[in-house]
Amino acid sequence: MRYIPNSPEEREEMLTAVGLGSADELFRSIPSDVQLGRRLEITEALAEPEVIGAMESFGSRNTAATKPSFLGAGVYSHFSPTIVDHLIQRSEFFTSYTPYQPEISQGTLQYIFEFQTLICQLTGMEVANASMYDGSTAAAEAYVMAQRVTRRDKIIVADTVHPEYREVARTYTQHGAAEIVSVGFDEATGQIASLDGLDDKTAAVVIQSPNFFGCVEDIAAIAEKAHAVGALLIVVVTEAISFGLLKSPGECGADIVVGEGQSFGVPMSFGGPHVGLFATQEKFVRQMPGRLCGVAYDKNGNRGFVLTLSTREQHIRREKATSNICTNQGLIALAATIYMEAMGKKGLQEVAVQNAQKAAYAAKRIGEIDGFEIAFSAPKFNEFVVRGPKRAADILETVRSENGIVGGLALSKYFGDRPNEFLVCVTETMPKAEIDRLTDALAGLR
Amino acid sequence: MSIKKVTQHPSQNEALIFERSQTGRVGYKLPKLDVDETNIDSIIPAELRRTDDLDGVPEVSEVDVIRHFTRISTWNYSIDMGMYPLGSCTMKYNSRLNEKVARIGGFTNLHPLAPEEESQGALELIWELQNDLCEITGLAGISLQPAAGAQGEMTGVMLIRAFLDKRDGEASKDRRVMLIPDSAHGTNPASAALAGFTVKTIRSTEEGITDLEHLQQLCDQGGVAGLMLTNPNTVGIFEKNIKQICEIIHAAGGLVYMDGANMNALVGVARPGDMGVDVIHLNLHKTFSTPHGGGGPGCGPCLCTEELAKFLPVPHIVKDGDKFRLDYDAPDSIGRVKAFFGNFGMMIRALSYIYTHGAEGLKEATEAAVLNARYLSHQLESDFDKPYPADPMHEVVFSHKKQSKKGVHTLDIAKRLIDYGFHPMTIYFPLVVEGAMLIEPTESVGRADLDAFIEAMKDIDREAQENPQLVIDAPHSTRIGRLDEAAAARKPVLRWKPDMEASAKTA
Repeated sequence: MRYIPNSPEEREEMLTAVGLGSADELFRSIPSDVQLGRRLEITEALAEPEVIGAMESFGSRNTAATKPSFLGAGVYSHFSPTIVDHLIQRSEFFTSYTPYQPEISQGTLQYIFEFQTLICQLTGMEVANASMYDGSTAAAEAYVMAQRVTRRDKIIVADTVHPEYREVARTYTQHGAAEIVSVGFDEATGQIASLDGLDDKTAAVVIQSPNFFGCVEDIAAIAEKAHAVGALLIVVVTEAISFGLLKSPGECGADIVVGEGQSFGVPMSFGGPHVGLFATQEKFVRQMPGRLCGVAYDKNGNRGFVLTLSTREQHIRREKATSNICTNQGLIALAATIYMEAMGKKGLQEVAVQNAQKAAYAAKRIGEIDGFEIAFSAPKFNEFVVRGPKRAADILETVRSENGIVGGLALSKYFGDRPNEFLVCVTETMPKAEIDRLTDALAGLR
Repeated sequence: MSIKKVTQHPSQNEALIFERSQTGRVGYKLPKLDVDETNIDSIIPAELRRTDDLDGVPEVSEVDVIRHFTRISTWNYSIDMGMYPLGSCTMKYNSRLNEKVARIGGFTNLHPLAPEEESQGALELIWELQNDLCEITGLAGISLQPAAGAQGEMTGVMLIRAFLDKRDGEASKDRRVMLIPDSAHGTNPASAALAGFTVKTIRSTEEGITDLEHLQQLCDQGGVAGLMLTNPNTVGIFEKNIKQICEIIHAAGGLVYMDGANMNALVGVARPGDMGVDVIHLNLHKTFSTPHGGGGPGCGPCLCTEELAKFLPVPHIVKDGDKFRLDYDAPDSIGRVKAFFGNFGMMIRALSYIYTHGAEGLKEATEAAVLNARYLSHQLESDFDKPYPADPMHEVVFSHKKQSKKGVHTLDIAKRLIDYGFHPMTIYFPLVVEGAMLIEPTESVGRADLDAFIEAMKDIDREAQENPQLVIDAPHSTRIGRLDEAAAARKPVLRWKPDMEASAKTA
């Protein structure tokens, strides 16, 4: 096995040194009746070209990966500068561990500190952690944190929060005291209509903006209502590119901002690994989940960085910890950091505007087709709902099989009562020609 | 003539990117917008748009970014550089082949909501990996959805909770005690709490294994939902009474959850399913070599007995003839633990690792990992206190008992190891050993490096006896010295601000 340095002779010598005659004797402490005693029924070792061949074969059967796709819904196709993937493949980054020994982990600690800073700048919040698994789990952690902060248990959640995020939060909170109340949306605007059930027992209101239908919410108005009863406002952002154009949730009064950072240079990879964003106000910092990196000095006054405020965490607090999370998404947070820095102030703004412009163009074109309309009147960022003349699943199937286009997501996957609608996402990577091709395909449907 | 030198090497004082920013620098280029432009106000009204011009976000060139990250990367220790013997973390070689195949376009460009018939390769890959992990653990049910070990644990204890709720109905509420050994990872109790369990701690024996008598006593007190056990445990010793332990828990009406953090000692040799374990999580980033990446991403598959499989997170992957599909019809499921299907990119790497090793290679890796730890244990036991005499499996714990008499503690020994060119071991864990040093060499280290590490440890012991201050002041070779963590926590500075004190002092 080429990954194991020691030769058979060296292993023999080492076995002799520890007084053993064979490798089997290494396992004497395992009772024989729980030893496997046979070869695992797993493939023989493959040679390097064979592994590549097998993997390419799996890859080639993912035919959707090569087709123009208008899928969004929490995972987005964006351009990632070449240097992002190059830099994260440096051994020093990808083969290191959680920076427990700061003297030899300053590279990791410094980029985490930069990541935290950038997330604060984009969300308009005061503190951000070193990242969570993904947007869905970050949101679930926010529910739990809001309960802790307010000592209240009712959580009001908009139906326009990503359905899979809501499912994850339900899993996380099912054994606690949380009472989850759903609130609907205005059929005309696609935005939150009213906050039924909001009262002084409410720990938090959870909204997404742009919401699952692509509609931008009036965050400030909702924040005002939540704060009036002493509840926190949790804002979920699944499309991080929107930060470049939209007023930050922090500026609008959000108390906790959680989100998915995949859009920042991270491949879609069938849903993961991605990176969860978690930001809040300074006064809540000791209630936050996850790793935090802060400034520290050595005795000569040199500035460095360390993991800090760890008394919140599981390895110290055990069952009383703010979360069970141990990892952060280090390497993916690094990718996002490199992306944000390479794009910089101008790039983050330009890419956001391009998304909004291209989606607006696509919506205009599709809205002009007979029998189709764009649902919901609220302002939209890079996604919008199309209402078609028949079942959306059938429309999309035709467009896929006849035109080779993945035209979007049938809302019926999550919203059984919306059979004719589908969600379309248009990012900066989608050429006008493909948008026109989708439009033509839809117009050609009978 | 003197040459003015700022520092020994330019990378020694690379500033924060924010401190390098220069107005007008750019590090990207996008294609021109190719659609007819719409007035922005009619897309997003002004009151919903940002007005802060992304204040503080840096403006740098591509060269600046490359140099910035390349320079700060040199401040990190890494597996590719040398032995990284963090106990319980399994810092083994992360192969470049795995990185290469994970970047195949058919994977990276695949959207998780793409039509199933156009994602067959991904679904089949997940299916294949599931089968292999089931064979390796001897368990029938699996979900690859959990994003990391701690989430795999949470999933596992939630399965136990769901099983008990279903079996006992209302009476399940009287069964809320999760037994956890005093040597367990902190994530165990934290995960148990998320599933609504209260924790009772089981003592270890002097031998370093679960105290059966105490376990029986705790079970006799009633209310036991289950046990969370790491095996080999966190002092590196195999729980030889594992079958009996499982029987005691089962007789008490509970289920056994095994923390699979230490599976690197068992793959191809013994299977949790054959021991009586009901649920387990694996860490693909440990045993199956997916990179740790400075703290993540991980992947924490949860496996269970056939009886518990119906409680696993949705969706399940089903094979129909030669087609694969996602099945959401699981009324007893605990629900989703993560959006989509988990950290798919890590699954590719883990399967590539399994293919590269094959059955024989997996066992060979296990043997090599255990041999390395055994050898190290053998060579160091005369110089360092070894609290448990038993032969260790893949990792071994020592303590600072001998050196602390000279005022040299575990932290000092760890920092001094840095001067010798090694990443330190896991320190102060497990908590049951005072001044613990948990060393896990893994299979990825050759004898010469292992001997060098052993020599370094012996030298440090000598230094501790002869010149303790040298060790106490370590490290002496790094860019910065020990950082004042207490001060950092008292007045946390968690982000850069324009008025922040400027960069590190220069030499």
